[in-house]
Amino acid sequence: MRNKKLVIVILGSITCLCICMLLSVAYGVKSVGIRDVWEAILGVDSDKFEVNIVAARIPRTIFGVLGGAALAVSGALMQSITRNPIADPSILGVNTGASLFVVCGMAFFHISTGNQYIWLAFIGASVTSLFVYGLASAGHGGVTPIKLAMSGAAAATALQALVNTIMLPNSQVMDQFRFWQVGSISGADWNDIRLMIPYLIIGFVISFSLASSLNTLALGDDAATGLGMNVTYVRALAAFAGVLLCASTTALAGPIGFVGLMVPHLMRLLLGPDMRKILPLSAVGGSCILILADVAGRILGRPGELESGIVTALAGAPVFIFIIRKVKVRAL
Amino acid sequence: MKIQNTNSIIIGYKKRQKRYVFVAIILFVIVLCLASIMMIYGNTIYSPSTVFRVVMGENIKGATFTIRTLRLPRMLAAILCGFAFGLAGNTFQTLLGNPLASPDIIGISSGASTAAVFGILILGLDGSTVSIMAVVAGLLVSGLIYLLAQGSGFSNGRLILTGIGMQAFLNAVLSWMLLKASEYDVSSALHWLSGSLNGVRLESIARLSIVVLGAGLAILLLNRHLTILQLGDAYAQTLGVRVHITRLLLILLSLLMLAFATSVTGPLSSVAFLSGPIASKISGGGRSNMITSACIGAILVLAADLVGQFCLPARYPAGIITGILGAPYLLFLLLRMNRKGE
Repeated sequence: MRNKKLVIVILGSITCLCICMLLSVAYGVKSVGIRDVWEAILGVDSDKFEVNIVAARIPRTIFGVLGGAALAVSGALMQSITRNPIADPSILGVNTGASLFVVCGMAFFHISTGNQYIWLAFIGASVTSLFVYGLASAGHGGVTPIKLAMSGAAAATALQALVNTIMLPNSQVMDQFRFWQVGSISGADWNDIRLMIPYLIIGFVISFSLASSLNTLALGDDAATGLGMNVTYVRALAAFAGVLLCASTTALAGPIGFVGLMVPHLMRLLLGPDMRKILPLSAVGGSCILILADVAGRILGRPGELESGIVTALAGAPVFIFIIRKVKVRAL
Repeated sequence: MKIQNTNSIIIGYKKRQKRYVFVAIILFVIVLCLASIMMIYGNTIYSPSTVFRVVMGENIKGATFTIRTLRLPRMLAAILCGFAFGLAGNTFQTLLGNPLASPDIIGISSGASTAAVFGILILGLDGSTVSIMAVVAGLLVSGLIYLLAQGSGFSNGRLILTGIGMQAFLNAVLSWMLLKASEYDVSSALHWLSGSLNGVRLESIARLSIVVLGAGLAILLLNRHLTILQLGDAYAQTLGVRVHITRLLLILLSLLMLAFATSVTGPLSSVAFLSGPIASKISGGGRSNMITSACIGAILVLAADLVGQFCLPARYPAGIITGILGAPYLLFLLLRMNRKGE
């Protein structure tokens, strides 16, 4: 019975992903027919206008698939290691931390290459997440959802003030950053994809190999230690993978929130708490959501486009509120 | 023995009362000083007598426009909005028993500013209609937050979390409108995201002053009940306070002030959040410190605007300065609260 459900969910999400990808390359300011899409995918050499449009859209779609997967897995990891239902890069202020470092890089060191963005965003995200987690875990009672969310919101407010201060007198940086600040996958090209793939591979390999350890961790620190697991080590490694995945996407696409919050919850609802299933399926689901958000942004933002970061926030914030409503008062 | 005890309590109470009045007077004097500096100082420095004569209605060539059209509305807006943010923030913090539960952190201000941006950029409205929209939207959003946070019983924690979620949503809507609007320019975006006193006109001041003074007075009248509410719902009910109505009334009044102030200056970040705690540091805790926190709010806005205009290499809007002030305090507060295990 359970296996059947798993198969259905796997098949369903993969079909969903394929449909989303097709939509993403076919739909846009200029819509093209399915046949042109096929021709472009199969690499038929063609001078046709439509085929070239599709070819130009493909990197964006692939970037969406990779970025969505990375964000969702990162969210699942963070929820698992903090044992907290509302952990997500955007709630924890990690995105703002990455923003601050990238803005500093733009303003003071004149960085402009993608690789530098990735490293700066990674450092910013790691520092912020450590800071927020440390802030939330101070005092007795450990990390509760409310403490974590408050710390994250507070850190985000604080860092945003710094970002504004650096950005405001610097019109060139402001111009560069304005488009980065609202997360979007529209500018992606093959270079970006090539750039982020190594980091993503490292992140995915670490997180998937940790899946069963994370299951053990869910039993509680004491039980996990009793079963012979090095809790600190697993947690640190998972946090590293989570931040790496989230930061490399954020560095290239800008802050995109709530993907990491919505998808793992949906998968947990469908499949139960087993991380070995949740992690890979969250990756597939995350890809679907991000691409869908991108397509929806093209529809809602007509005649221009609406950045996918805005769409995910519009869809994700209600989900966040819904999750809070479900969590027991005691846990808050 | 018992009588002596009561005596010492009364003496202590009187002492604290004296201190409170003393502090309030000093703060008020500081507000007046800053306000007059704001009127006198600028690109051209006018003598106090010139300023006084212009304000009294005399026409002095070269000074009337600057003082009456530029500086006077700015100064009044700073004071009134400072009062409004300080009072409303303090009311929320006291009511919810959490210094972090100020309107700018739990997403109420963003409701008002989203509506204001919608009115200005999309519908092309002006002044009074925008204020009304901001008020209505602020009320609706906070009502929605309150309703959504209502699970099995009222929980402050859930209210705050719901507010954070709502804020994320509204900020997304805000960015959407700012990106879509044809006359999109970054300065107006920053105006609505962080708040500034630029371009305040005398017409909007009249409305603002009526609302701020009216609602502020009402909150001061309800102050006694608020102090009792701090003991917890059960005690308050036993002591004869109508818990639900009082809470609702206080929230509505604060929202009214907030929304009007926001529609004039944008959400001056952290003013609402900082005023209450600073006031209770200065004038002693154990009371709700309404007057002192209103004064602190005005001082913060006036000082931030002066610093932003004249003390830094580039001109910053007041909201950025208050935001920078708020950030470290926010983190400090959080750390201390978590230590205490609240």
